[in-house]
Amino acid sequence: MHVEQISIFIENKFGRLAEVTRILGDAGINIRTLSLADTSDFGILRLIVNDTEKAKLVLKEKGFTVSKTDVVAVEIPDRPGGLADILQALDKDGINVEYMYAFVERCGENAVMIFRFDETEKALSALAGNGFTVLPGERLYSM
Amino acid sequence: MYFNEEFETLPREALEALQLKRLKSMVARVQENVPFYRESLAKAGLTADSIKSLQDLRRFPFTYKQDMRDSYPYRLFAVPMEDIVRIHASSGTTGKPTVVGYTQKDIDTWSELMARSFVAAGVHKGDIIHNSYGYGLFTGGLGAHYGAEKLGASVIPMSGGNTKKQIMIMQDFGSTVLTCTPSYSLFMAEAAREEGIDFRDLKLRVGIFGAEPWSEAMRADIEGKLNLSAVDIYGLSEIMGPGVAIECCEAKKGLHIWEDHFIPEIINPETGEVLPAGEKGELVITTITKEGIPLLRYRTRDITSLTYEPCACGRTHARIARMSGRSDDMLIIRGVNVFPSQIESILMGVEGVEPHYVLIVERKDNLDTLEVQVEVGEDLFSDEVKHLQALSARIEKQIKEMLGVTCRVRLVEPKSITRSEGKAKRVIDNRPKA
Repeated sequence: MHVEQISIFIENKFGRLAEVTRILGDAGINIRTLSLADTSDFGILRLIVNDTEKAKLVLKEKGFTVSKTDVVAVEIPDRPGGLADILQALDKDGINVEYMYAFVERCGENAVMIFRFDETEKALSALAGNGFTVLPGERLYSM
Repeated sequence: MYFNEEFETLPREALEALQLKRLKSMVARVQENVPFYRESLAKAGLTADSIKSLQDLRRFPFTYKQDMRDSYPYRLFAVPMEDIVRIHASSGTTGKPTVVGYTQKDIDTWSELMARSFVAAGVHKGDIIHNSYGYGLFTGGLGAHYGAEKLGASVIPMSGGNTKKQIMIMQDFGSTVLTCTPSYSLFMAEAAREEGIDFRDLKLRVGIFGAEPWSEAMRADIEGKLNLSAVDIYGLSEIMGPGVAIECCEAKKGLHIWEDHFIPEIINPETGEVLPAGEKGELVITTITKEGIPLLRYRTRDITSLTYEPCACGRTHARIARMSGRSDDMLIIRGVNVFPSQIESILMGVEGVEPHYVLIVERKDNLDTLEVQVEVGEDLFSDEVKHLQALSARIEKQIKEMLGVTCRVRLVEPKSITRSEGKAKRVIDNRPKA
């Protein structure tokens, strides 16, 4: 039930984001969603794409430091308090969220959030136990 | 304890007679076989016969590192290539490396002098020598290795890096002697502590530290944290490699330079004038037995002084004071002397750090700032910001603790630090020139 995410180390330098996205575009890779964590010196660009392996390969060829991380995609009712409910449930079960960001597309009536947990397996069972729907990677890549 | 008692304790008079004989033969050899010296000696109007006493050496011209670069790679060799059995190269901070060649006799001499150095440091047959000097073009690893074998000790050819494994081997193999840079020894002790291992519980008895200048304060620190006797060793590849000079464990007051193979002089680096014993200046060395690449009055750029006072250990060979530094590499940052090699050894001790870094020195509001740029390769990368920030903080802390200088570590993309042929430029000093 994991979703593969690639993370790229980017210095805070003019034009670096443009370069990464151009490399992916030229390779015919479609970005499904992304988030950027930044500090004064560097950023970490996290991407979910339609072809993780290929994206990793083309970026590495261009000299970028790239890693693959397992994240979890969860459907969230698109209403006030929807996100709060899920976070509360995770908190209750002692699951730590390292970071999260929103998926661009909706899944039917629901929004989709991407989570990185410190303990992914434990988080997955907690989510299932609380009745939340976790989306498999294959669905996200082609959504 | 001596390795070669006869030569190590040779009375001064006999030692100087031997030097004179060997010097004359060396000058004759380079004049015959090395075009560079043939020309420079002809220009100065000098031959081997010009040498009547050791005092006459000061009439001869110096050899500079630049002369070695200009002769790249083999043009200073004094024997045909078929007599060369080993080639090493030293990393120049700029441009091409300097290349040195050894005949079998040179390797034998080097092994003996390194074996003498081990014994002077308090090492003996039966010791297990954990050799963390780098193996390869750098002379450190192989130099110490051959000396250890010559002595008949057991040598573990560790080379540098991979600190966790170093610690495991040291613990499991019962190493009794450690050879590495002084800063790396402290770094290993620190890393061991994080693993719950106290270096003081290991079997280490003697540490032989060199390849970078270090202080008495650092010696006290190392001896306390590692529970061993820390001894300073000196060498440079142009002259031979490690084992040119060593502190004796009896006195630890200056490093005996093996005068039956090298003639040391101290000069004023500005004027070239020879300074009397005890005065501080640049060390100049003439290799009097070397066959592969004999050097006449080589300017080491190392700042030290010489003493001929008798030593408690009974060795008659002169002692050089511990190095104050290498004149052209040293950075002075807010009054603290920092050598790029010291920062390098700290970085190399961090798991996953690649040997690509650059030091940027600037002056902001009349204060020097040091930025250390480190490339983030796959081994270092984490997709969580906090892990990367913790990494920078850890390196900053280590540099502060070991060198006493505050710096800022900046993580940069792989390959973003300029590579050059030969060795990368390690220092960018943007401070206005005084």
